[in-house]
Amino acid sequence: MSLFAAVAEPAFVVPTMLLDISFLALLVVVAFAIVRMRSLFGIVMLQGVYSLVSACWFVSLDAVDVAFTEAAVGAGVSTVLMLSAMLLADRKSTPVPMRRQVGALAVVVLAGMAMLYAVGDMSAYGDVHSAANSYVGMDYIAKTAEEIKIPNVVTAVLASYRGYDTFGETVVIFSAGLGVLLLLGLNGNSGRWVARPNGQMLNDHAAPSAGLATDNRSEEQRAEPDQ
Amino acid sequence: MSELFSQYNYVIVIILMMTGLYTVFASRNLIKKLAGLSVFQTSVFLLYITIGKVSGGQPPILVEGGASYGTDVDGHALLEGTIQVAAGGGSYILPGPGSDVLYSNPLPHVLILTAIVVGVATLSIGLALTVRIREVYHTIEEDEIEEKDFIYNLEGTAD
Amino acid sequence: MSDPTQTFGRDPHVLLRVIAKFLIPLIALFAFYVQFHGDYGPGGGFQAGVILAASVILYALVFGLKAAKRAFPPSLIRYGMTLGVLLYGGTGVLSWFMGGEFLNYSVLAHDASHGQHYGILAVELGVLTTVTTVMIAIFYAFGSRQPETSDEDW
Repeated sequence: MSLFAAVAEPAFVVPTMLLDISFLALLVVVAFAIVRMRSLFGIVMLQGVYSLVSACWFVSLDAVDVAFTEAAVGAGVSTVLMLSAMLLADRKSTPVPMRRQVGALAVVVLAGMAMLYAVGDMSAYGDVHSAANSYVGMDYIAKTAEEIKIPNVVTAVLASYRGYDTFGETVVIFSAGLGVLLLLGLNGNSGRWVARPNGQMLNDHAAPSAGLATDNRSEEQRAEPDQ
Repeated sequence: MSELFSQYNYVIVIILMMTGLYTVFASRNLIKKLAGLSVFQTSVFLLYITIGKVSGGQPPILVEGGASYGTDVDGHALLEGTIQVAAGGGSYILPGPGSDVLYSNPLPHVLILTAIVVGVATLSIGLALTVRIREVYHTIEEDEIEEKDFIYNLEGTAD
Repeated sequence: MSDPTQTFGRDPHVLLRVIAKFLIPLIALFAFYVQFHGDYGPGGGFQAGVILAASVILYALVFGLKAAKRAFPPSLIRYGMTLGVLLYGGTGVLSWFMGGEFLNYSVLAHDASHGQHYGILAVELGVLTTVTTVMIAIFYAFGSRQPETSDEDW
C-alpha cells in the first residue's frame, strides 16, 4: 500500500530473531513434555508454563494486551481451575497402548503435512505489505485517532468497532458460568442424585464428596456458617 | 528453501498445534485431553498473532507526539502523518510517509483477546463435565468408561 | 487448611499468610488500575476481571474457602453475572433510544468522541463485572465440591 511507501523492506533483526527462536524452542520442549508425561499434576503445571512462555512471545510480537490476558488467564486462572478439577479426579493417567497411538500419530502427521504444504502461500514473517496487514487492521489505527481519540487501538476496536463481537463473547462467558453452576452448583451441591437410566441404578457407590449430600441447610446458611 | 526460512514461525507453530492435537487424540485421560486441547488452542493464538506482526513495528498503542516531537536530520517536520486531538492539543503519530512509527496489526490481537477468555470458560465447562463423569463412573479414563457402559448395556448393571 | 488462629510456631504457612495479606489489596488495586487505564495502556475489562477474580481466589487458597465466601458472598455472584451482561446490553439499548444504532456510542454525548469514551467505559465495566463474577463462581463451584485439602495431601 502507498501508505507504507517510505518504510523499508522488512529485514531480519538478529537479536529479535534469537529471542523468537529460543521462545519457540522452549514451547516445543514443553509441548513434547506434556505428551510424554503421565502425572496429571505435572501436565497441569506444564500447561501453565506453556501459557506463560507463549505470553512472553506475545510481548515480542507486539501483542501486549494479548500477553497480559494470556499471563493472567492461561497461566493463572486456568491452572488453578485444572488443579482443583484434578483434585476431584485422578492424579495419574494410565499409559496408552502403542496400537492406539499409531492411528493418532498418522492422522496428526497427515494434517501437519497438509498445513505445511499451505505455508508457502502465507506471507513472510513480519511483512508490512501482506494482505492481512494492509486493509482493515491498519484502517482501525487511522480511524481510532480521528474518531475515538484514545491511544490504545485494541481497546477501541474491542469495545467500539467490534462491540457486537465483544457482547457475544460476554454472553458466552455468562453462559459458561451458568453451565458450570448447573453442573456443579455454586456451593458444590448440584447433582447429588445417582444416574438411573432405565430405572436401573448405574452406580450406587457414594460419590467422592457424597458426605456433603446430607447437608440439608439452605445455601445461605452454608455460605455463612458462623451466623 | 529460503522462502520457508522467512516463514519459520508458521512451521514451528504448526508443529506445536499438531503436538496439542496428538495429545487430544492419543491420550485416554480426560484431564490430559483437556490440557492437550488448551495447548492446541494456545498454538492457534500464536498462529494468529504472528500473522499480525510487522517487523520494526511497535504495540498498537498510539504514540503521542506533541509540538516538540521534532524534525529529522534535514530539518523536515516528522509530524506529517499526525492528527490533532481536539481538546488537549496533543496529537497521535500515525504510520505513513514522513513518519518513523510503525504499529503492528491490532485486529488479530482483538480477536485473540476475547478468544482467550472464552477459552478458559469452555475449559471450565469441560472440567465440570469431567468431575461429574468421575463421580458416576469412578474413573476418567475413556476406555474404562466405555467398558462400564458396555457391561451395563449387556447385563443391566454396572460394577 | 490449618486454623488461622494457630500460634506462631506451629503454623507452617505464616509467611504465606502475611505476604498474601499484603499482596491481595495490591492485586485488587492493580485490577482497577488495569480497568480504568485500559484506554491508555494495555488492559481492559477482560484482564481486570481476571486479575480481580485472582485476588479472591488467592484469598480462598490461603485463608480457606469459608473465609473467602464471607468476603465475597456467593449471592453477589448471581447478581454480578447478570448485571454485567445487562450493563453491556443496556448501553447498546440506551444508544438506540438516543437515536443511534445499537452500541453506537457516538450519540451518548454532545461530542462524538466523548460519547465513545463514555460508551467504552460503561461497556468495559459490564465486561469486568461478568468476567470477575463468572471466574469466582467457577472457582467456588470446583472448590466447594471437595473437602478442603489438608497439608498432608500435598
